[in-house]
Amino acid sequence: MNSLSFMMTLPEVILALGALALLMVSAYAGDRAASFVIGATVALFVAAAVSLIGPAGSGGVAFGGLYRADGFAAFAKLLIYIASAISVIAAHGYFSRLGTLRCEYPILILLSATGMGMMVSAADLLTLYVGLELQSLAAYVLASFLRRDTRAAEAGLKYFVLGALASGILLYGISLLYGFTGTTSFEGIAHALAVPPASTGIATARLFGLVFVFVGLAFKISAVPFHMWTPDVYEGAPTPVTAFFASAPKVAAMGLLVRVAVSALGTETHAWQQIVIFSALASTILGGVAAIGQSNIKRLLAYSSINNVGFALIGLAAGTADGVAAVMTYMTVYVAMTLGSFLCVLQMRDAAGNPVETIASLSGLSRTRPGLAAALAIFMFSLAGIPPLFGFWPKFLVFDAAVGAHLTWLAAVGIATSVIGAFYYLKIVKTMYFDEPAPAYAPSQSAVEGGLIALTALFVSPLGYFAIPALGAASLAAAKALF
Amino acid sequence: MNQLGFPVLSLMLAVPFAAAIACLFSSAQTARWLALAATLVDLLLGILLWINYDLAGPQWQFTEHVDLFGRFAWALGIDGIALMLIMLSVFLMPICIAASWEAIQKRVPEYMAAFLLMETLMIGVFTAQDLFLFYIMFEAGLIPMYLIIGIWGGARRIYASYKFFLYTLLGSVLMLVAMLWMVREAGTTDIPTLMNYDFPVHAQTWLFLAFFASFAVKMPMWPVHTWLPDAHVEAPTAGSVILAGVLLKMGGYGFIRFSLPMFPEASAQLMWLVFGLSMVAVVYTSLVALVQEDMKKLIAYSSVAHMAFVTIGLFAFNRQGIEGGLMVMLGHGLVSGALFLCVGVIYDRLHTREIARYGGLSNNMPKYALFFLLFTMASVGLPGTSNFVGEFLSLVGAYHASSWVAFVATTGVILGAAYMLYLYRRVAYGEAPNAEVASLPDLSARELAIMVPLALSVLWMGVYPESFLAPMRRDVGSLLARIERANPGGDAKIAFGHRPAPAAHEGAH
Repeated sequence: MNSLSFMMTLPEVILALGALALLMVSAYAGDRAASFVIGATVALFVAAAVSLIGPAGSGGVAFGGLYRADGFAAFAKLLIYIASAISVIAAHGYFSRLGTLRCEYPILILLSATGMGMMVSAADLLTLYVGLELQSLAAYVLASFLRRDTRAAEAGLKYFVLGALASGILLYGISLLYGFTGTTSFEGIAHALAVPPASTGIATARLFGLVFVFVGLAFKISAVPFHMWTPDVYEGAPTPVTAFFASAPKVAAMGLLVRVAVSALGTETHAWQQIVIFSALASTILGGVAAIGQSNIKRLLAYSSINNVGFALIGLAAGTADGVAAVMTYMTVYVAMTLGSFLCVLQMRDAAGNPVETIASLSGLSRTRPGLAAALAIFMFSLAGIPPLFGFWPKFLVFDAAVGAHLTWLAAVGIATSVIGAFYYLKIVKTMYFDEPAPAYAPSQSAVEGGLIALTALFVSPLGYFAIPALGAASLAAAKALF
Repeated sequence: MNQLGFPVLSLMLAVPFAAAIACLFSSAQTARWLALAATLVDLLLGILLWINYDLAGPQWQFTEHVDLFGRFAWALGIDGIALMLIMLSVFLMPICIAASWEAIQKRVPEYMAAFLLMETLMIGVFTAQDLFLFYIMFEAGLIPMYLIIGIWGGARRIYASYKFFLYTLLGSVLMLVAMLWMVREAGTTDIPTLMNYDFPVHAQTWLFLAFFASFAVKMPMWPVHTWLPDAHVEAPTAGSVILAGVLLKMGGYGFIRFSLPMFPEASAQLMWLVFGLSMVAVVYTSLVALVQEDMKKLIAYSSVAHMAFVTIGLFAFNRQGIEGGLMVMLGHGLVSGALFLCVGVIYDRLHTREIARYGGLSNNMPKYALFFLLFTMASVGLPGTSNFVGEFLSLVGAYHASSWVAFVATTGVILGAAYMLYLYRRVAYGEAPNAEVASLPDLSARELAIMVPLALSVLWMGVYPESFLAPMRRDVGSLLARIERANPGGDAKIAFGHRPAPAAHEGAH
């Protein structure tokens, strides 16, 4: 039984052992080995992704109910590994230009990804917490990776303090849930909650536990009203790290939230549905309105990620298998759009090679760098959810799920708020296409970065529609694993 | 497959799309020729379509169906109404390209690519037989138009482009929610099936309003028309032609394809809403047009007034009204496009659209004055021109539905004559205000080549409208059969063949 359990956790085993081995390499070889470590890290992600084909993708319960290897976890992990690998590749050029290419960066991402794998596979509140902390601790270090940069140090500190607060709240919620159900396993909690509470006092206390758990997780996905850290951290952290924060950990936290909501608290849907609906609408509205005034592209993308999380939550609010499948599709396309946008931001360098982050510097980009401008325009229209770009499709699915769950009003309000978001995405396109050219950026040096931009742009272009049947089947299979 | 043996509709979509991509990678002059060639090929394909359209054949012809996307299909097909609107689109496109030949000097490859993309999406809207495919094509049109207005537009282009985009987006997102609900209710995304599906009456009102939000903005109907004058004034000439000629027709097409057949009861209940807004539009926007100083703005407001004839006709629930509404759509597509081109001709020479800066053009530009007069008269609705047929029919239809509506709408014809003739008098007659205006050269060969086909079509549609009515007749018939059960009837009960009462007759002696 134990060997099977290990087989089911194979992706985490590969990543954890790989990270430790690479740590040794870097300890002895120093930063000269950085390029090798980056290559090895990508190889480890590929290996972990391949290992999902075996029992790790569909094995079931491992370690006596602490861990679940099912289709849902496999879907989320694949996405996490792809996003992490791209963040590692994108970082190479950025850090080497700054002269701070260090081995620790890919290793920290490996450790973080290990934690994320635990999160989406958690079948017990303990695994949940351990996975979450492993992911977060690595992320705090990553945020302040450029330790001489005061902005990065500030970002790391803010992230750590607020993250610790959120962990505390989550832990408090976990302890309440444990106290009133007598178990930490999701299945056990679901059974215990199915029994009507003995008194109204117990019912209230259970609700408190549930609310605290949701608050802690809402912080991790940066849903309003627990989003305040996001713009500061995104702005301060080095751009490749921001790209990473906006993609893989979002998927993991969203996967975790979905699993907790459906597996552990599935019988309490009516209780959390209103929390999720409030948070979803608040995120789409605030993410849209607050982004309008931004002049820094990374802050803007931070609000954009808040906005998008809101739309994904509409799928969760539906509380159906369709809704969960829509959330997973949403995260897939969201990762492609976000990574693509940040890869474009990585290209924003002045003539001396220093990173530029102002939106104003994008002026007239369509004339100085037409290819880059076209790619960024595709990402912006796609994030705004304008067909025929592929960003329309996940929005379509979450609204469809909401309509299917008799939440037509939610779909109508949510889709109306998407128009607010469209405004600031259009602002970027306007700056690039309508305004007079600003000084040109330094030419691209890396074919890899250009290739990744082209790849993500093609995925969110109308060509993405051809992926709908496959993506739909995979996400539905993932969602079915929870129901 | 179809009577032509090859997927002609897909080909019509593919040709401009491929040319658009090729344009992006070519030089300015190559892009111009490429765009012209692609639009002409599409025009030929359109003519082929019209020739092979079987008047006695099935309702939906040239159908294609491939289940490409899982949740929805690549389903294309046309009926007579769609055929006519496709013809309008493919006819106007080469004209637009030719009109931009010299006027656009900056970023030509991108410009041509945007126009070709626009053509693809317009044809896509009129051919889509799948609800979601329609929505995608309908919405996607915003992107190229946004770029056309924003990059190649006038001074306030940025404000206009935002307004255009956000207004129309807000209108159509609600339609998407309605579509999602409908597909869950009916279990299909196939438009012909949905056109015959009876939705519960209580739900129809909501669905109708959601679709109305989209089409009323697109049409545009008063009071959500304010994006149109801005967009028109700032857009480049060819952009205005496409906007007025085809994009506005998508609203009318939406009413006839979705609102009426899918929600007949709601259409009947909310007929007063449509009529009320249309009556206001006819009178109010005509009066506004009367006081405009800017030529393009004047024509833009006249478009709003003309589109109100379309809505009045379509919601009259009778054959004359619906056929009239369709004919106004076609006629207005040609005439407003032609009028914007006329403005473009003199704008290219003097770089102003202010009416007061012109005068006496009939002296030094006689050919121009002739064409301008013809299109002005067509816009007024002079018999023998395209708009007369449509306006007359839709007023007849409106009279059957409500004599008050017909009464108010008819004043629009008078006001229309007033503002158009006033415009023409100020621009073409009188004395030239300065020597520069007096020495403006007449139409060039290229401009003549643009005007002549438009003028001939306007006359053709006015003199022998049967060519255009014939393909649509049966489709209007099936629409009428579908909505007859909800027909509220009219207040004007016309009865034929009754002699005057004999007693009165004798009393006269």
